[in-house]
Amino acid sequence: MRRYKGLTIFAILVFAFLFIPLLIIAVTAFGSEPTISFPIKGFSLEWFGKALSSESFRKAFILSIQIAFLATILALIIGIPAAYALSRYSVKGRKFIKSFFLSPTIVPGIVVGYALFQFVVIKLKMPVFEGLLLGHFLVVLPYIIRVVGGSLEQFDYSIEEVAWSLGCNKFLAFFKVVLPNISSGIISAFLLAFINSFNNIPVSMFLSGPGITTLPASLMSYVEYNYDPTVSAVSVLLMLATIIIMFIVEKTLGISALAK
Amino acid sequence: MKKSMPYLFLLPGIVLLIFFLMVPLFAILWPTLFPDGFSLSAYTSFFTDEYYIEILIRTIRIALIAAIVCIILGVPSAYFISRCSAKWKGILIAISIFPMLTNSVVRSFAWINILGKNGVINNLLMAIGIVDEPIGMLYTEFSVLIGTIYLFLPLMIMTLVGVMDQIDNDMMEAAESLGASKLKAFIKVVLPLSVPGILTGAVLVFTGALTAYTTPQLLGGNKSLVLATLIYQRAMTLNDWSGAGVIAAVMIIITLVVMKVLNLIAAKLDKRGEIDA
Repeated sequence: MRRYKGLTIFAILVFAFLFIPLLIIAVTAFGSEPTISFPIKGFSLEWFGKALSSESFRKAFILSIQIAFLATILALIIGIPAAYALSRYSVKGRKFIKSFFLSPTIVPGIVVGYALFQFVVIKLKMPVFEGLLLGHFLVVLPYIIRVVGGSLEQFDYSIEEVAWSLGCNKFLAFFKVVLPNISSGIISAFLLAFINSFNNIPVSMFLSGPGITTLPASLMSYVEYNYDPTVSAVSVLLMLATIIIMFIVEKTLGISALAK
Repeated sequence: MKKSMPYLFLLPGIVLLIFFLMVPLFAILWPTLFPDGFSLSAYTSFFTDEYYIEILIRTIRIALIAAIVCIILGVPSAYFISRCSAKWKGILIAISIFPMLTNSVVRSFAWINILGKNGVINNLLMAIGIVDEPIGMLYTEFSVLIGTIYLFLPLMIMTLVGVMDQIDNDMMEAAESLGASKLKAFIKVVLPLSVPGILTGAVLVFTGALTAYTTPQLLGGNKSLVLATLIYQRAMTLNDWSGAGVIAAVMIIITLVVMKVLNLIAAKLDKRGEIDA
């Protein structure tokens, strides 16, 4: 790359633009001042203590994990058979049905949130937890359809047919032959769905209830009214979790599994 | 296997999507057209209100500029990544993916720290004596734009890396050996082959920026409203449900039109360039 001097400098600047803002947050989390300052004037772990001992952040974090996990599992249970049917059989209106399954990505998240708020919260008076779960399920379903569908496109169905001809029933063949062959697709679909649910804001903002809110939504309200490094500390913890996930993914599936 | 089997597999998802996405959407859009009897008055009052038009235009302007800037910054960066050695490629891809996986509150918060009154830039400017008082950069269209570009640049880069990785290095070398300069070879060979990827990325950035909520809320607040923050304000603070419905319709229509148009262009240019939507 030595020969492309201008390009190298340009790219370095772009990557600095991507990286430095997050680095600044990380530094401010260790500051000793009561408000965020950069560069920091003293070193302290006080804000991490505050972040970890905050009852509302902890509750929100647990709710976020629960919702992300359940929504993803639900989306896998409903999405995998759908993706299988779409790729395996010449279903009538296949293209249309596929776009239908991907429609939650076409409708803006904030509109999905508002429509669900009107329908699920106001009309059906569904409890907050169930409402959030439903909203997040809609948000993550397209990831499952797309990523698992992509894996199934690569799958050679003659293997499944061999299992059938050897006397394996279709149900068992699906679990013993098809699923293991698309397992890496399922894992990356799971991760993408989980991360996107965990990070979702527009749907959560509309569907949260009093005292029941996801971590990003509660962080968001906190940021709007406070300017202390507690949020920096929470951000650092979230980034650490991201780095750990990325590291594990890189060692197993390869990092590009997260870029779909 | 019975013929009905695949439909059975599709049914639960279809039922859930109809009942919890299509019906709710219909329920918010119907009253905007049929308050009692058909009427377009909700739409005419939206499109004749200068305040709303200003917000609509601001939203489109931010999305458009963000898409263009992401192309300008993303194309060379993605090209750089695609020509790196495997080891560096992995590192740079990780640096690009990391922000994508980081919560958008965190990413917007980063810019509050940089652009705010006590932020990095103001502290720096005051320390070297360029300004005496902090400049108000936050809660402006500029801060929303920066935050939006920051939000979507990684997406653009990753989309482009996927396309540029497919371009054979030999083609560049062939162009160069035939006397083209590096820049010329890039413009004549790589750029045309990247157009479908650029369009895909542009659709993703434009539609994403058009509908993003978190970043404009935190960096623009009530001073620089966009459609997404307006819909939230209309619905949750003012209980103006017909107004929120109209804004929802406008957002959906713009998204669909932009996707359709750019998809058509992409399909014309390259059959593989079509976005799977």
